[in-house]
Amino acid sequence: MRTLTHLQRLEAESIDIMREAVSECEKPVMLYSIGKDSSVMLHLAIKAFFPSKPPFPLLHVDTTWKFREMYEFRDARVRQLGLELIVHVNPEAVQRGINPFPHGSAVHTDIWKTEGLKQALDKHGFDLAFGGARRDEEKSRAKERIFSFRSAQHRWDPKMQRPELWRLYNARKNKGESIRVFPLSNWTELDVWEYIYFERIPIVPLYFAKKRPVVKRDGALIMVDDERMPLHADEAPALTSVRFRTLGCYPLTGAIESEADNLSGIIKEMLLATTSERQGRVIDHDSTGSMEKKKQEGYF
Amino acid sequence: MSRVDDLSAGDLEEYLRSHADKTLLRFLTCGSVDDGKSTLIGRLLYESKLLYDDQLRALEADSKRLGAADGELDFALLLDGLAAEREQGITIDVAYRFFSTDKRKFIVADTPGHEQYTRNMVTGASTADVAVILIDARKGVLIQTRRHSYLIALLGIRRVVLAINKLDLVGYSRPVFDRIEEEYRAFAGSIGLTDIVCLPLSAKKGDNVTTPSANTPWHRGPTLMEYLETVEIDSDAGNGPLRMPVQWVNRPNLDFRGFSGRVVGGSVRVGDRVRVLPSGKESTVARIVTQEGDLDRAVSGQSITLTLHHEIDISRGDLFAAADSPASVADQFEATLVWMSEDEMLPGRPYLLKIGAKTVGVTIAPPKYKVNVNSLEHLAAKTLHLNEIGVCNLNLDQVIAFDPYEQNRDTGGFILIDRFSNETIGAGLLHFALRRSQNIHWQAIEVNKQAHATLMGHKPCMVWFTGLSGAGKSTIANLVEKRLHAMGRHTYLLDGDNVRHGLNKDLGFTEADRVENIRRVAEVASLMVDAGLIVLVSFISPFRAERRMARTLVPQGEFCEVFVDTPLGVAEQRDTKGLYKKARRGELQNFTGIDSPYEPPEQPEVQIDTTACAPEDAAETIVAHLRATGVLDPL
Repeated sequence: MRTLTHLQRLEAESIDIMREAVSECEKPVMLYSIGKDSSVMLHLAIKAFFPSKPPFPLLHVDTTWKFREMYEFRDARVRQLGLELIVHVNPEAVQRGINPFPHGSAVHTDIWKTEGLKQALDKHGFDLAFGGARRDEEKSRAKERIFSFRSAQHRWDPKMQRPELWRLYNARKNKGESIRVFPLSNWTELDVWEYIYFERIPIVPLYFAKKRPVVKRDGALIMVDDERMPLHADEAPALTSVRFRTLGCYPLTGAIESEADNLSGIIKEMLLATTSERQGRVIDHDSTGSMEKKKQEGYF
Repeated sequence: MSRVDDLSAGDLEEYLRSHADKTLLRFLTCGSVDDGKSTLIGRLLYESKLLYDDQLRALEADSKRLGAADGELDFALLLDGLAAEREQGITIDVAYRFFSTDKRKFIVADTPGHEQYTRNMVTGASTADVAVILIDARKGVLIQTRRHSYLIALLGIRRVVLAINKLDLVGYSRPVFDRIEEEYRAFAGSIGLTDIVCLPLSAKKGDNVTTPSANTPWHRGPTLMEYLETVEIDSDAGNGPLRMPVQWVNRPNLDFRGFSGRVVGGSVRVGDRVRVLPSGKESTVARIVTQEGDLDRAVSGQSITLTLHHEIDISRGDLFAAADSPASVADQFEATLVWMSEDEMLPGRPYLLKIGAKTVGVTIAPPKYKVNVNSLEHLAAKTLHLNEIGVCNLNLDQVIAFDPYEQNRDTGGFILIDRFSNETIGAGLLHFALRRSQNIHWQAIEVNKQAHATLMGHKPCMVWFTGLSGAGKSTIANLVEKRLHAMGRHTYLLDGDNVRHGLNKDLGFTEADRVENIRRVAEVASLMVDAGLIVLVSFISPFRAERRMARTLVPQGEFCEVFVDTPLGVAEQRDTKGLYKKARRGELQNFTGIDSPYEPPEQPEVQIDTTACAPEDAAETIVAHLRATGVLDPL
């Protein structure tokens, strides 16, 4: 009897999770954040329901501060696959002009992403949302269920999680409550890259090294992606060969210096890396346990 | 990963190819509180060079902040991810960790040791291929060791590593090691665990974790890592007959009708004869569809889509099985249950049971016995509380396909769900179908409900009065019956107090007995509805779950819930039977409204506010409702 390889086992599990989720809810949606994990999740969704199309739309909770290349990639990909994409922009954040510079990363993330996500789910009445989070990303994620229950206020209670046994997922809920489902829970960063490599999954070019205008700020290399970024007197963008390990809002996403301009190059760099991937993200460093707090408040 | 450093770009493809062929082992670690589980996992990550610089720096900071005594790294802090866990210094919930070596990828479930987290340990064990049980060499085999071993054996994990840890603290003594090994093997054999490897370890110092230790020259076996890298993985029931639950019917257009699911036993080839359960219809496999192209064969663990040669009726929850070796079909079982809810199990209460892709209604009989997980004694029990394990009979509201759990975890394991909170309240392992389930059939009766109703000249109905003691239920129900009787309708009034003098005189007032009380009354009322009567049921019936159960016993439109809504203060003031006074003096236990809850109906058909409405008017309202819904002829 043949034993499946680890990628085959992970793929089969993710597909199993997605099929179970859509069967147990009324109105599912897939959160699409344009990054590599979203790309893998979308690829798996297409496999899971083939020859049908995935029976749900994609939802991008936009902050208006993503890299320009991310928007281009998103629109091209959705067109190519013929899927429905819903883009939600928090009108309150637009009105108040929330941005990372005067308001800081905490307020920016809370209002654009956390509040924006809740608004979008409520507005469309989605009762189940797929997210691309992985347990290896962060300590509180490591404790979260694959099917993660949210109250009508979108809150997560880490002490009241439903036991999750075997492959039996409990997606039942009352009206107003919802479920977040993480099909990539058991994938690691390396699994994701290997899978992208072997399955030839398209990803945003920002993952590959290229000369880009960056400034060094608080120890991070920040790309000056458009004119909205206010520069300090002593800052001058320098063209540097950089790439990104994770993608988010450009002012909050640190680049790393790299010459790796193809997949095998970045996988090799990753194998040799000495810092974990979320290190480039400003939001996790606010305080110890900050992700757990954000998640309780409704962050994905 | 250690050999990545000298990779040239050209070797990467090859490196990744070899990496991609790695298998995946899932294991869990368990042991009692201070045996060093988290330390061991931290050590495995550290030794596999899988801790990144920033994680190490954060760990150093956390270790100092939370006062690790000797300034050493406290690996446990890496794993205890929840704020409450870090504060209390214990593991509450299962944490999953990931690492890989050149040979394998690993998923570790780090499970809590305390008895009050048994449910979390069972959760971690349900997906594991191998269990690593830690023992503190200074303490030897403890009660916790026995409990964890029992749970591991129960959940069907056959391969066990006994990690005899902290051996540095007993001077790497071989006699200590040998004594513990001997004692453990004797115990493990008694619960059916035989595939055991014992290792002398110090997770803190690193002995025999990844490299053989010079401190234990007498140890001939593998290191922990060697064992984990080479142990055989057989969790996917790959050698049994085909089993595949249908998760999703795939219908992109009128020309394609596929059945999507994951193979959870055996394998399937194009042309294989398959049986669909529980219907028993058969067909042959036409195609095994995946996005990369059709397959000739799919094996256990794969997610696929099947098409068949014949159009047969198949829906979500059905099970594909090999035609020559099908699963059994039944609706009554004996099962072992692990109770996971703060609320005790209530025999007779309707719960939901999910097995494979199927969810059905279930009631549970009082336990045959519960198991003392520390001594493994069988004890008498009326119910199961949080973290208790017992053996019970189950009664499902429809038949399901199943295999005994020991033959297949996926077709024999189930979870129990509360119908109202939707919480997962328990897990269970099916043992066998009860013979009576196969021998008691519905007798087809020729004079049926319709015939009874025709002779009566009116529609039957169950009118269910609920409310606090002294709310006025019986008064109003009496008035309604008198009016119906005067109209020439055939009625019967079932009253709580009266039924407790006869049919239910063996029942008390505990939550479990109240549930059984209502179950019996609802069944009797349903028989009377079948006989064509208008049945008036007047019971406090404090719980939504049982009222809902009563509602489901009759067709829609034949159930009318009447909420006799009297505030507690008013009912207590009336106190026609003097019961409230007794309850307040502590002479009556479990009195509804005082020390036992009343759950008001959410959407009753009729709600009577007795503070604003005389009993006669209330009766009139109810009669009017029965007219409006067609039970009685219009005026």
